[in-house]
Amino acid sequence: MDAESLLLSLELASGSGQGLSPDRRASLLTSLTLVKRDYRFDRVLFWGRILGLIADYYIAQGLSQDQLAPRKTLYSLNCMEWSLLPPATEEMVTQSSVVKGRFMGDPSHEYEHTELQKVTEGDKVFEEVVVVQIKEETRLVSIIDQIDKAVAVVPRGALFKTPFGPIHVNRTFEGLSLSEAKKLSSYFHFREPVELKNKTLLEKADLDPSLDFMDSLEHDIPKGSWSIQTERGNALVVLRSLLWPGLTFYHAPRTKNCGYIYVGTGEKNMDLPFML
Amino acid sequence: MEDSTLLKQEKENQEFREAGPLWEEMLTTLSEDPEPGLSEPQKLEQGLETGLQPRSSPPGSPQSGVSTPVVDPAGPHASSPPSSPQELSSISSPLALARQDLMATRQSDKITSVTSESGTPHVDYLEQSSDKGKSISYQTYQSEGNTFQQSQQTKCHLYGQRDVSYNSNQKELRFDIFQEEDSNSNYDLDQPESGASEMAPSMLEIAIRNAKAYLLKTSSKSGLNLYDHLSEMLSKVLDKRPENAVDIIENISQHVKMEHFSKKLDTLQNENEMLPTYEIAEKQKALFLQGNLEGADQELEDEIAEHSLPNVMESAFYFEQAGVGLGTDETFRIFLALKQLTDTHPIQKCRFWGKILGLEMNYIVAEVEFREGEDEEEVEEEDAHEERDNGENEADEDDEDELPRSFYKAPQAIPKEESRTGANKYAYFVCNEPGRPWVKLPAVTPAQIVIARKIKKFFTGRLDAPIISYPPFPGNESNYLRAQIARISAGTHVSPLGFYHFGEEEEEEEEIENGRDSFEENPDFEGIQVTDLVESLSNWVHHIQHILPQGRCNWFNPIPKCEEEEEEEDEEEKEEKGEEPDYIEQEVGPPLLTPISEDLEIQNIPPWTTRLSSNLIPQYAIAVLRSNLWPGAYAFSNGKKFENLYIGWGHKYSPDSYTPPVPPPVYQEYPSGPEITEMDDPSMEEEQAFRTAQEAAVNLTEENEETEEDEDEEDDYDQ
Repeated sequence: MDAESLLLSLELASGSGQGLSPDRRASLLTSLTLVKRDYRFDRVLFWGRILGLIADYYIAQGLSQDQLAPRKTLYSLNCMEWSLLPPATEEMVTQSSVVKGRFMGDPSHEYEHTELQKVTEGDKVFEEVVVVQIKEETRLVSIIDQIDKAVAVVPRGALFKTPFGPIHVNRTFEGLSLSEAKKLSSYFHFREPVELKNKTLLEKADLDPSLDFMDSLEHDIPKGSWSIQTERGNALVVLRSLLWPGLTFYHAPRTKNCGYIYVGTGEKNMDLPFML
Repeated sequence: MEDSTLLKQEKENQEFREAGPLWEEMLTTLSEDPEPGLSEPQKLEQGLETGLQPRSSPPGSPQSGVSTPVVDPAGPHASSPPSSPQELSSISSPLALARQDLMATRQSDKITSVTSESGTPHVDYLEQSSDKGKSISYQTYQSEGNTFQQSQQTKCHLYGQRDVSYNSNQKELRFDIFQEEDSNSNYDLDQPESGASEMAPSMLEIAIRNAKAYLLKTSSKSGLNLYDHLSEMLSKVLDKRPENAVDIIENISQHVKMEHFSKKLDTLQNENEMLPTYEIAEKQKALFLQGNLEGADQELEDEIAEHSLPNVMESAFYFEQAGVGLGTDETFRIFLALKQLTDTHPIQKCRFWGKILGLEMNYIVAEVEFREGEDEEEVEEEDAHEERDNGENEADEDDEDELPRSFYKAPQAIPKEESRTGANKYAYFVCNEPGRPWVKLPAVTPAQIVIARKIKKFFTGRLDAPIISYPPFPGNESNYLRAQIARISAGTHVSPLGFYHFGEEEEEEEEIENGRDSFEENPDFEGIQVTDLVESLSNWVHHIQHILPQGRCNWFNPIPKCEEEEEEEDEEEKEEKGEEPDYIEQEVGPPLLTPISEDLEIQNIPPWTTRLSSNLIPQYAIAVLRSNLWPGAYAFSNGKKFENLYIGWGHKYSPDSYTPPVPPPVYQEYPSGPEITEMDDPSMEEEQAFRTAQEAAVNLTEENEETEEDEDEEDDYDQ
């Protein structure tokens, strides 16, 4: 959700029960403005919070002029002092994928993971127990990256591709119409397209190159990994990710108000097929 | 060579004609408001007037000599867009600039009509002989005219004359003259552009066509399209000639739109897109109005005395401090909905339990306690139902005869707890949205709880949805919801130590059975320091009974009842029962009001997280408790007050992913023993021996008969 319209966004996203206490709101409003100034972001998003056992991580993201360019991620434990997280690498993701369970809330906490490694000495193969230590910060980075790539959502038309390539916020976006807002196909993944290249020419024929440059949600695997609901009559559309429970996307049709927030434990719901 | 010449001419004609209307328009514009410095337009105006008024006399006459130079730059521009800027820049008159803009629209117009309506004209041109050329070009011309008519109906007054002329025969004549004239004067001018115009419809053209189609898209709201709007705006600008047109373009646009207010036509389609919004608003209006409806002061006083409605807003305020809870307006709607519930049902005590998220709709759950003796009807009904079931079973058993029956008996059905006790202590009402009707959930049975522990399903939001799961769930979604509510309540409803204590009267009776299961508010409760509540988990206690693995809160011993039943049954079954242990060890869980510090850990994860709501102002902060076992369950306490709330998907947390329960063990076959195995057939020798033994024992008189019997037996063996 945009840092500027934080209060309205929080009110809209409150249907899932996750909000912020008044002092957190106030401090976020103050500190995110300063973050925007200090880091020279074009736009600051309040990304959400990851619930830890001792403390929660509050996450914010800074966007540059090009909306799809790599984002900078910051975290804070008290909503005032923000620290920049390093960009996620493949190695970090694979490394931290072995860690299960809840976040602790202490970035310097180290998870210990024991694994058996085969060591060959000459002809003989030994199995050696290796203790791998993984910092929670690494895990935090990779989880945020995974969530961003999997379930960050933006409505169709809110961003547009300029002829020169960069993707900008569409100033003339007036919100989705009611009938469109209820369809998954009018929402896009807020990331570089992956599936789009694999589409056939026939499927691509109907796409508007300035608007349809991202992957649509409707082809997500497994089918049914989103719950789409209308609240307050039809005045608010809420999408909840079932794959990453905790991610809520809200959009008030015919207005510009849209955004997503993640409040959860930072764990992927691997049981989804059983639960549907 | 001649072919190509003709080709050029036809093209030229076409272009000229396209430019024609525009040109006329320009000139009429000029005639109304001629600018003093322009000599050329005035000349043109003359030329036009002569050309227009006697339409029959073609503009190919000497006057048209004036017109051609103006048209020429426009013509090639239309046929070859890339080269247009150069052409146009050579013309310095302000008219040309205006024309440039208009030409752009014309150009797209032309391409559309040529490619779409007259087939593939480019190919035609190439193949045509010189004779056919005329007629073909005429066709295109006509279709051109149609397009204009369609797309620019608003300007009919401008083109009226032209349209008339289409239908007359005179225009053929005019073509000829044009042709001549063009071939004479413009041939060399066109030469360089010929290559561009012969191109097949390119991507650019398609793009332009799409763009024009988009511009012509009629708005569903006003019935206008942008194409008309732009052309009207530009004609207005050219009409009025304002000083800084670019600055007031918005106002011009607005004025043009204002002039367009027209009567809205009736449509057959009903606009029902917003209906659900109104529907829910209508229902919620009832919530807001109900306060006014009952005006009597007496009732109000009674109600306040009864005190069955919880102060939802107050606890919502505290939960907001904790960073949980629904939005303010939604909370208030729920508050009103609870008021509606307490007004319409005989409710002793009511509480906002929480919200369970679903795939299609959510559930708002209210926990209620009925007044004494007001909810018994339903219970009796259910009992009667069960009895009937039992009767049917017995009838089935009577029918069976000597053939061995199935020894398998379904495991002892554990009866559900009475209402007001155990897991059925409270009744639960749910609704999808505040304002919609409340639905009472059925009482929970132990079997449902046991199965619900083994499955993990999303709620859909429809109470009658079936639950399709591996251990088959007895019931539909309402039962599953009720079971999950029971489990969550039992796990996460906590209160500060000392808030509740055991009632003194009941103490003696209850202790005999299974600990005490009722409690009451402690009038002497003095509150606990918030910091103590945060620092020590032992200051929080469970005030809902633990649910045993059996699925009940109070232990039900299935064995004694089994024995009673057995007496009525056959001996065989008794033997079967004898193999089972006579006594199942009683399951015990933590008793009531056990501190949560004794809760089991989830694989090194503490089951609760406590926190102060605000570190900035600790003296007014409240203690917030978060369950890690049931994500979404929260409790707060400010020392004196406390409340529990659950908002979430209704699932238990486990660090490992869900594993479906293992299939039940395969029933072992009957062990091979003396009852199963048979002896070998008696051999001849045995028979012989047997016979001789018998013969010795039997009298001689019976000898004859025995031999006969033996013969029979031997026959049997042969078979």
